[in-house]
Amino acid sequence: MDKRFPREELFAPGHRGCAGCGASILVRMALKAAGRDVIVVNSTGCLEVFTTPYPETAWRVPWIHTAFECGGAVAAGIERAIKALKKRGKFKDRKITVMPIIGDGGTADIGLQALSGALERGHDMVYIMYDNEAYMNTGVQRSSATPLFASATTAPPGKRSKGEDRPKKDMPMIAAAHGIPYVATACISYPEDLMKKVKKACEIEGPTFIHVLQPCTVGWGYNPEDTIKIGRLAVETGFFPLYEIEHGEFRITYRPPKRKPLKEYIRMQKRYRHLTDEDIEILQKYVDERCKLLGLE
Amino acid sequence: MEKIDVITGTTAAAIGAKLANVEVIAAYPITPQSECVEVLAKFIADGEFDAEYIKVESEHSAMAACIGASATGVRTFTATASQGLALMHEMLYIASGMRLPIVMLNTNRALSAPINIWCDHQDSITERDTGWIQIYAKDNQETLDSIIQAYRIAEDEDILLPVMVCIDGFILTHTVEPVSIPDEKKVRDYLGIYEPKHAYLDPDRPITQGPVGVPECYMETRKHIWDAMERAKKVIKRVNEEYYEIFNRRYGNGLVEGYNLENADTVLVAMGSVCGTIRYVIDKLKEKGKNVGLLRIRTYRPFPKEEIKEMLEGVENVGVLDRNVSFGFNMGALGTEMLATLRDKKICNYIVGLGGRDITPSNIEEIIRHLEKCEDVETKWIGLKE
Repeated sequence: MDKRFPREELFAPGHRGCAGCGASILVRMALKAAGRDVIVVNSTGCLEVFTTPYPETAWRVPWIHTAFECGGAVAAGIERAIKALKKRGKFKDRKITVMPIIGDGGTADIGLQALSGALERGHDMVYIMYDNEAYMNTGVQRSSATPLFASATTAPPGKRSKGEDRPKKDMPMIAAAHGIPYVATACISYPEDLMKKVKKACEIEGPTFIHVLQPCTVGWGYNPEDTIKIGRLAVETGFFPLYEIEHGEFRITYRPPKRKPLKEYIRMQKRYRHLTDEDIEILQKYVDERCKLLGLE
Repeated sequence: MEKIDVITGTTAAAIGAKLANVEVIAAYPITPQSECVEVLAKFIADGEFDAEYIKVESEHSAMAACIGASATGVRTFTATASQGLALMHEMLYIASGMRLPIVMLNTNRALSAPINIWCDHQDSITERDTGWIQIYAKDNQETLDSIIQAYRIAEDEDILLPVMVCIDGFILTHTVEPVSIPDEKKVRDYLGIYEPKHAYLDPDRPITQGPVGVPECYMETRKHIWDAMERAKKVIKRVNEEYYEIFNRRYGNGLVEGYNLENADTVLVAMGSVCGTIRYVIDKLKEKGKNVGLLRIRTYRPFPKEEIKEMLEGVENVGVLDRNVSFGFNMGALGTEMLATLRDKKICNYIVGLGGRDITPSNIEEIIRHLEKCEDVETKWIGLKE
């Protein structure tokens, strides 16, 4: 792959994302990787809200939003419509990528059924889950992607609570269980890895799923200039391993030289500030076990 | 010469969709609709019809997929009933709000609980305010013709609203009738290929569809749908006449259909298949020298206020049959709307046929007897067990 990033910006600046917004960094890079022959599907959420307050739009590619729970189904309809149009001679010899870019709530919670249906039916699409680990658009309520012990407004720490009491739902493995040709994890702090994966997914026929971790300054509680740094720590500590599963073959795509202590990642974020060193030890053990399972010692 | 087949209402609708050359179908099975999507699947399996068929995992996704496909610029079709329509509710507003000319068959069925698979109109009446045009067919021939007409109406550049063709569950969906099948080429020439001019997803012409409608613009989007509904009255009448010119069949003026209205002091107002039963009773009474009329509401949305006023001018007794009920207001939907339309008239409202309860000729006679004696606005349940 050409090491230089394409100069063309398909995601316009001047949108209303927060300073340091991870989702907008993801979209900018994903579109650079995908190019112009793409149709983006959003579900209701931060991204849709801050990019399209009528009559403004940040999208220089065709874009659609309908509701919260149906990104997979809307994308399925578009994919089949493109097939139908090809029968009429439109888009001749072109591969138009249908790209749902949907948050963790719209993917792992309310949209899981529509996503599962779309994956199972084999629609040609590049589904990107942008994961900020809670419902940020509505004020940081917990989703099933909220990690263990993180605080959220519906999982607040208190006398009887350490915040979220369940570990994060394993979406890439759920997607992989559908037997689709390509599943990957990526993080906005590793742009080359992310773009390489998006590009690969665009070229593959059939459903592909990329789970992208993107830190959120508001929900996670850190200074906007630290977005990239926090994403890096998530990967370097093994909290969010980068891998891909191509036609069933699992491969770690980035192996940290030596995993950093999880504490470095945790202590940078206000959503974890209620945790004691002992609590962090529990999380460290959980992360160690997960890494071992994936072969990331 | 058109070919005549003896078919169910669901098959008639499937043939209508095939003749309309829909390009993407997204559907989920539900009684009493399922046969419609089975017939379409078979057409495709046999190579008689080359549509893309998405076997979605729910009705919510059926409508979502139709929205995605229609927004990409192709003709779409789906079918549902009852719980399935209720599950689509959210997406119905989005289809009309995005001005997508989707056509859907709804096979009218009661809503749970208790679960009931039989006919009433509660499902589609509940969706009356979603910005969908609603046509209620009275028989299988009208079902087929209405599906074809629906595309012509929905895709009209002055309208661009989705259309729901409603047919009575089991009474039409599972009953065979002789249906005249229009010539495929004639239908395709009539409808043409759907090529939207307004908005569609295309990488060569990037546009944003479904943005945030801020308070400065949202209200206008609602007014635009309101205006399109008003214009639809004219278009539905025009399409009814065009269709008559080409296929030699029409349904009243497209909006309403009268029967024996001349010199009738007593008129029943109803929708759907029960109009067949009412006509039977009217004919019988006529033999006995008694004159009763029928006003069938074919298009419920837009609601044909002007036509109703005109056609019921001078009529003394107006009896409105409702296969649905508005709990708390304690009338049926058509009853309240007739009351609002004909403010100076005595209107009696009859709640009938809920959850598949038969509406018999003797029920209709009972209604007529009650109506003629009734002195003020009143709502009465007909066919209840003692």
